[in-house]
Amino acid sequence: MTQIATTTSSRERARKPLLRVVGVKKNYATPQGALEILKGVDFSLEAGASLALMGESGSGKSTLLHLVGALDQADGGDIFLDGVSLATLGEGGRAALRRETLGIVFQQFNLIPSLTVADNLAFQARIAGRFDPEWQRELTRRLGLAELVARYPEQLSGGQQQRVAVGRALASRPRLLLADEPTGNLDEATGDAVLTLALELVAATGCAFLMATHSARLAARLERRALLSAGGLALS
Amino acid sequence: MKQTLWTLATLLSHWRRHPANLATLLVGLAIATALWSGVQALNDHARKSYASAAAAVSGADARALVSARGGLFAQDLYIKLRLASWKVSPVLEGTVRVGDKALRVIGVEPVTLPRGARLAGLREGEGIADFLKAPGLGFAAPETLAEIGEGAKTERGLSLPPPRALGAAPAGTLIVDIGVAQTLLDRPERLSRLMLEAKGAAPLREVVGDALRLVEPDEDSDLERLTGSFHLNLTAFGLLSFLVGLFIVHASFGLAFEQRLPTIRTLRAVGVSSRALIAAMACELLALALLAGGAGVALGYMIAWALLPNVASSLDSLYGARLPERLTLDAGWALSGLAMALLGASSAAAGGLIRTFRLPVLSAARPQAWREAHRRYLRRQALVAGLAFAVAVGALLWGGGLVGGFALIAGGLLGAALGLPVALAGALALAERAAKGPMTRWFWADSRQQLPGLSLALMALLLALATNIGVGAMVEGFRVTFTRWLDDRLIAEVYFEASDDDAGRSIEAWLAKRPEVGAILPVFRTKTQIAHWPVEVGSLKAHETYSEHFPLLEHGEDAFARLARGDAVLVSEQLARRLKLKVGEALDMPTEGENWSARIVGIYPDYGNPNGQLRVDIDAFTRHWPQAPRTNFSLRVAPANVAGLIRDLRAEMGPRLVRVVDQAFVKDLSLKIFERTFAVTAALNTLTLIVSAIALLASLLTLGNLRVAQLAPVWAMGVTRQRLAGLELSRVVLFAAATALFALPLGLFMAWCLVAVVNVEAFGWRLPFRLFPGQWAQVFVIALLTAFLAALAPTLRLARAAPADLLKVFANES
Repeated sequence: MTQIATTTSSRERARKPLLRVVGVKKNYATPQGALEILKGVDFSLEAGASLALMGESGSGKSTLLHLVGALDQADGGDIFLDGVSLATLGEGGRAALRRETLGIVFQQFNLIPSLTVADNLAFQARIAGRFDPEWQRELTRRLGLAELVARYPEQLSGGQQQRVAVGRALASRPRLLLADEPTGNLDEATGDAVLTLALELVAATGCAFLMATHSARLAARLERRALLSAGGLALS
Repeated sequence: MKQTLWTLATLLSHWRRHPANLATLLVGLAIATALWSGVQALNDHARKSYASAAAAVSGADARALVSARGGLFAQDLYIKLRLASWKVSPVLEGTVRVGDKALRVIGVEPVTLPRGARLAGLREGEGIADFLKAPGLGFAAPETLAEIGEGAKTERGLSLPPPRALGAAPAGTLIVDIGVAQTLLDRPERLSRLMLEAKGAAPLREVVGDALRLVEPDEDSDLERLTGSFHLNLTAFGLLSFLVGLFIVHASFGLAFEQRLPTIRTLRAVGVSSRALIAAMACELLALALLAGGAGVALGYMIAWALLPNVASSLDSLYGARLPERLTLDAGWALSGLAMALLGASSAAAGGLIRTFRLPVLSAARPQAWREAHRRYLRRQALVAGLAFAVAVGALLWGGGLVGGFALIAGGLLGAALGLPVALAGALALAERAAKGPMTRWFWADSRQQLPGLSLALMALLLALATNIGVGAMVEGFRVTFTRWLDDRLIAEVYFEASDDDAGRSIEAWLAKRPEVGAILPVFRTKTQIAHWPVEVGSLKAHETYSEHFPLLEHGEDAFARLARGDAVLVSEQLARRLKLKVGEALDMPTEGENWSARIVGIYPDYGNPNGQLRVDIDAFTRHWPQAPRTNFSLRVAPANVAGLIRDLRAEMGPRLVRVVDQAFVKDLSLKIFERTFAVTAALNTLTLIVSAIALLASLLTLGNLRVAQLAPVWAMGVTRQRLAGLELSRVVLFAAATALFALPLGLFMAWCLVAVVNVEAFGWRLPFRLFPGQWAQVFVIALLTAFLAALAPTLRLARAAPADLLKVFANES
């Protein structure tokens, strides 16, 4: 297992919240008028910590994750990632944030169909300027993808594709890993296996982990849980 | 930079995995570029040749003095100017026939050639002494010498001077001493123009009166003006073909964008900025455009090479313009072809690039958002279609000239093309609402879903079909009109040309004694200029041949009787349009003496003649143009006696008879010229239809994979693959049939524009507007066949799809 050396500055960073969500609101326009999905959500996440966002379908889990991931913009409140306010960032700044600070795993895998497994794994690290061949080899081995590196996504099973997605998200050593229902399209056993691998690698890299899930069983494997309901968030 | 490069590599990897999509994009762009650059190659080649011909002797920037009345002028004027210290050099130009080829003869006086003249080097060159003394020398381009051969003689039996190769000579031209030219052309002491090196102290008017006028070097040559419309029509056709080809490119880029949407979303999600993404897409576009453009330019050269003989033949027959047989092009032509490829690719991909730039990262994931976007897109398209129609109406009401005519056609075509998907979407929505059974409802609903993917191909098909109907109607109408007109104009059974005036008189006297000759009708001709436009003047003898057969579009009372009185004139349609002349008005004509004013008593059609034409009574002709040659005649002879008379005439007259032909020969030759002229149009028409067929095939092939995902659920519910394939085929054929129905009124609109506006502006004559229902049926069948053939491969693929392929659609669902 690859160890991450801890420095004083890392310890300091570890005490301060990596992620702060402050009074975040989000509406969606519908023919019947604006629909409030998030009505003022507050929470924080320290570096190296993990948090499961739970809630029923339509409660806003994915919406909140997209806002934290700088994929969408809040209608009220603010999100601070590593001290930087997302509301102050333009499109270029948000892209840079996703590239260099975040790793995102989607329910639908979202691999690039025209790239091989190896190229998919390396893609984000390359554009962030952080490609590390040794780390890539380590990820490939840990995720059980060594025999599959030359294949294309359409030639893989769902579980294999999701493992590639996890690998891609972690290859650039992000500070925060976001996962939106990462096991939603997998059977229980495969989903468990993928989550186990993800948690191991998150621990190995020391990044924080925020996962949206409707499964209480999976949520229990993370340090903390938060429940989204009626537009608000309750931490447990 | 790293971001952009890796993103570019990812975008390019899509084409590696979808080679068919890449192939259709490259083929579409290459063909579009080829058709455009091929036409431009022909135009450039011709224009260079005209410029070379016009500057053959004097160089491109020389000034000249020409007859103010047009045509030739007396050599005395040259002598007067030289005596008044004007530095001028005489030139005589004309055409002789050597065998079946026309040879342009240019006579010069090397001793007085201006210093900057192209042929000034003749003075010091080798052979100058032989050039000046009899029998002289004839300088010509090597290919021209190869054509005319050794010991060639003109139709009058005169030997050409010994030939000498000169690379600078334009094609089809023989440069001789001016005295030799005057003999060969039978124009003693006559000149075409004077090259001006320096003016004398006395003003021009003081020396020669108003006999001559100065021509500046930037004036278009006669050839450039005459052939301008021919080349503009070629350009318009090339542009239309380019635009139809761009539909393939647009469809390919659009479908690639749709297929890469998930990849684009992923790229944005992992942190590729939209700027880097756009930069990468722009680099990709540049690479593809240069690759396809290069192939297109090479293909364009081959198209030009293949079409050159027909174009050259048409230009020679119609305008007397000789083009070199070898296509010579420069880097500028190739670069402009590449630039067009880049422009075309950019405009085709612009929509996708703009959408990518504006795409919020998450919206791409929502199908409902895309359906809304497509409805908005249709509304915008309908608006733009309306604007295009408005431009067409504006061009009709307030536009003018050839540009206005093309704007009218372009507005109409664009409006109809953009409106087609809107109209089809509306018709499909109505059909879906009216459908009863579930499969029927699904058929119409699925057709609505497929329409966006096929829209561009159907628009390309619409344009190609409409062009076929429109141009086909124009050409067929012209053929019918031209044939009937020839029957009326070529009433005389025999036509002959004598070697000179004396020979003409001898032959006339001999014929007068022949019992089988019903009438001898002189057809004397000369040239003049009215309002700087070249005009042929022809004679008409008062005879029932003309009064009963000569076609008139408009005429006053007793037109031919008035003509016979010697104070009236018939004008050709193109001359009347150009000078805005009406029956009953007076026309002032320059003659060899004083100007002559005659009343216009009729306007007649003169199809295919780029020059204006007048007809006057024979006595008026000989009175006002006494120097004009008296060498051309037509004869009324009973058909059974034609062959015998021609045989006897040839035997009796020998070299005094330059040429004698019968009516059938002239008709046949005229129709051959007609067919050659429209061969180029027919070729471009066919190529445009082929391009649109490729567009349809390309769209269907690239949609094929998406269709599997759309059809798999229906298959899973119990509909066989064969039935699905049959429905697919009928859907495409139905779309093509609907497009063909739209194409019919559009094609008729185009035909009317071509006949009533473009042709009139370009050539000065108007054809009757005729309908050819047989052609419509033909085009309808072509549309159905095109669709059937384009849909066959994808349909067979679906019919034979393995169940495993269809099941893959459901594979990732939990």
